Amino acid sequence: MTSSHPLRPSRRQFLSSTGMILLGASLGSAKAAEHSGALPWKPFSALPPEPLPGGRWYVFSPEEARTVEAIVDRIVPSDDLSIGGKEAGCASFIDRQLAGSYGTSDRLYTQGPFMPGLPTQGYQGSAAPTARYREGLAALNKHSRDKLGGKAFFELTTAEQDQVLKDFEGGKVDYKASAGFFNLVLQNTMEGFFADPIYGGNKDMAGWKFIGFPGARYDYRDYVTAHNKPFPLPPLSIGGRPEWKTGSR
Amino acid sequence: MVRKLPRKDAVIIGLGWTGAILGHELTDAGLDVVAIERGPWRDTATDFNVAYAPDELRYAVRKDLFLQPAQEAMTMRNNVSQTALPMRDYGSFLPGHGVGGAGTHWNGHTWRFFPSDFRLKSHLTERYGAERVQDLQIQDWGVSYEELEASFDRFEYLCGISGKAGNLNGTIQDGGNPFEGPRRRDYPLPPMQMTYAPTLFAEAARAKGLHPFPTPSANLSGAYVNPLGIAMGQCTFCGHCERFGCANYSKSSAHTTVLPVLMRKSNFEARTECEVLKINLAPDGKSATGVTYIDVNGEIFEQPADIVLLNAYGLFNVRLMLLSGIGKPYDPSTGEGVVGRNYCYQTNAGTQVFFEGKHMNPFIAAGALGQSVDDYNGDAFDHGGLDFVGGAGLNCIPTNGRPIQYRPVPPGTPRWGSEWKKATKQYYNNTLTFSSQGSSYATRGNYLDLDPTYKDRFGRPLLRMTFDFPDNDIRMSNWISGRMQEIADQLGGKQAVVARARKGWNSVPYQSTHNTGGAIMGTDPNTSAVNRHLQSWDVPNVFAIGASAFPQNAGKNPTGPVGALAYWAADSIRNHYLKNPGRLVEA
Repeated sequence: MTSSHPLRPSRRQFLSSTGMILLGASLGSAKAAEHSGALPWKPFSALPPEPLPGGRWYVFSPEEARTVEAIVDRIVPSDDLSIGGKEAGCASFIDRQLAGSYGTSDRLYTQGPFMPGLPTQGYQGSAAPTARYREGLAALNKHSRDKLGGKAFFELTTAEQDQVLKDFEGGKVDYKASAGFFNLVLQNTMEGFFADPIYGGNKDMAGWKFIGFPGARYDYRDYVTAHNKPFPLPPLSIGGRPEWKTGSR
Repeated sequence: MVRKLPRKDAVIIGLGWTGAILGHELTDAGLDVVAIERGPWRDTATDFNVAYAPDELRYAVRKDLFLQPAQEAMTMRNNVSQTALPMRDYGSFLPGHGVGGAGTHWNGHTWRFFPSDFRLKSHLTERYGAERVQDLQIQDWGVSYEELEASFDRFEYLCGISGKAGNLNGTIQDGGNPFEGPRRRDYPLPPMQMTYAPTLFAEAARAKGLHPFPTPSANLSGAYVNPLGIAMGQCTFCGHCERFGCANYSKSSAHTTVLPVLMRKSNFEARTECEVLKINLAPDGKSATGVTYIDVNGEIFEQPADIVLLNAYGLFNVRLMLLSGIGKPYDPSTGEGVVGRNYCYQTNAGTQVFFEGKHMNPFIAAGALGQSVDDYNGDAFDHGGLDFVGGAGLNCIPTNGRPIQYRPVPPGTPRWGSEWKKATKQYYNNTLTFSSQGSSYATRGNYLDLDPTYKDRFGRPLLRMTFDFPDNDIRMSNWISGRMQEIADQLGGKQAVVARARKGWNSVPYQSTHNTGGAIMGTDPNTSAVNRHLQSWDVPNVFAIGASAFPQNAGKNPTGPVGALAYWAADSIRNHYLKNPGRLVEA
């Protein structure tokens, strides 16, 4: 019987070729059609991540983008410990994640029937994250306009914004999915603040500097037994360090 | 249109740990073997690239190496009064995918279960009386620790496990685990260098009269060449172990210990991105004729084979047996039937100790780098005055400081905003975590079967999991939490938070990918799906190898026993079955 050398199959896992949002010509490069939305690697592939150009919104409308920027800046406020979520790129990170298979839940089990579940059974809704953002952001701005003098969420004072977010978090508003929506945004904001900067957030590794995480380092052998001593080296991204000018964005 | 392929001596379903070991052993015996793996081919150099492997978002949060629910999900409920619904995303446990399977992204804790674990029902009945275990459906394995010892040894030397023996041929060794069964020789490599937090934990445990020892680790403490001639390197403590492939040839897996030799053999073939749909049976249902599988292009093939080896993740061994009609499905209302019986899990609780002014440096870590205590595990302690059986290992194994998922703060801290920032900065480097990993004992109501409603992408029923933590295990875990509190108090610190297990298993937060049972081994065909050789009682040319064979789960990670069972089954096939194909044990 012939042996099969472990050559990489020419076709990758079927999931990688479905469920993609092709950006087509919008990226303006010859490789554009191979990208899958804002997920800069193909699921189940060995491809390295490829930074996507910033400076544009892939999913959010202008009002949605301003709203998300305002939210992430309250979740991670700017203070003497770090820059805020907006400057760190958390909103842009979320936008790019939603443009990929994460936004459409292509890799999850999305077959019906959909039935209300118990808390132990996890999320049982039919809406994927992009749709949940659309609906949740609209509800957030409607709530703001209805209750706070016709102003959109991003036009409120920070104190008002904090109160609205707490009400959403606690399920105290006239929008049934408010707590679930808030938890989704909270999770994604933390991802954006602490994920490698190649994904569009954590600008200049601000999130990592904030807590002292050295990032994508791969060898700590010289420091293992240096018990209770501060780690001396600065953080490192998969894209290098800003001063290396390799382009971490 | 089904294309029928030329016959093989043996077909392996799933090319992870057990598939690779069985493939190697059976090809050594001269068999012509094909392995069918539904995930992609993966290898260290091409898939776990050191330059972008430390990517928490991709691998730990978006779970890029794992089985995706779109390909196969399963449904869950806590008891039969509920309607099972699909876990639309995997959370509590994360099944592996692709060549290497769950062995790709495991942490590397490599245990032997206690000798008493293998004859659990007999042992507990003898020591405490039958009444103490009457609410449980625990069973003996049908194979003893002594019989498995050689197989444990082979697996540990295949992997290059780093550790310190606690019992060499019956003589207790200082610094090792004094409660372990006798081993014929020490681990192949010495323990890993120890980080700060486990060092503190061991000091505190020792001060409480306990016996801490370095966790046996498949993250290698030094360079190693295994018996197959395959070389591995020293772990570099990158802190990207669980959920990641190792980019450094430092974590034992099928890729780093078997496949480089196996893939060069002319009598072995691996077909990846091919999913077995069912095991085909002869018209009388008493023998398997091979498997039917579908490839990534949707083409369907029939692969005839003389022997069919189920080497998938344990849960999927069970599902394929149910889908193929091998063995009688278990019915919890009568307690009859065997396939799906005795599904068990792991009963865990965590402890956080918050300090001030420390530098724990949690990012300097490895998946299995830490200190463990077995004084309260299994039946290492007297349960005479207690209201439970079983126990837990206490483990201080800080595996990582990856900040999307690791940001400990004291209870009551807001989840966002300025106060959250202050606490996060203060405690990221100032927290010591350890946990209890408790046994999970079988009950009549915890089981696996096929879901009546939800289907996979081919229209086959999903696996349905009916599980809650048994009352016995909750009492065990809560008693163990009391012991954790004592160690936490000894550690000092500003504040200690000890979790307590509760009823109502929640499928959302990650707990453990230690799903066991469903196709258990034993000595009685009425209460076990496979015999002591992991051979199906009903279809003797089918073997089901994996944690699916555990009659119940111990307070330890399952991969060590899974590796041992793989060698045990391989020996049974080589030394007995091939000489005289048929039932190795008369029913």
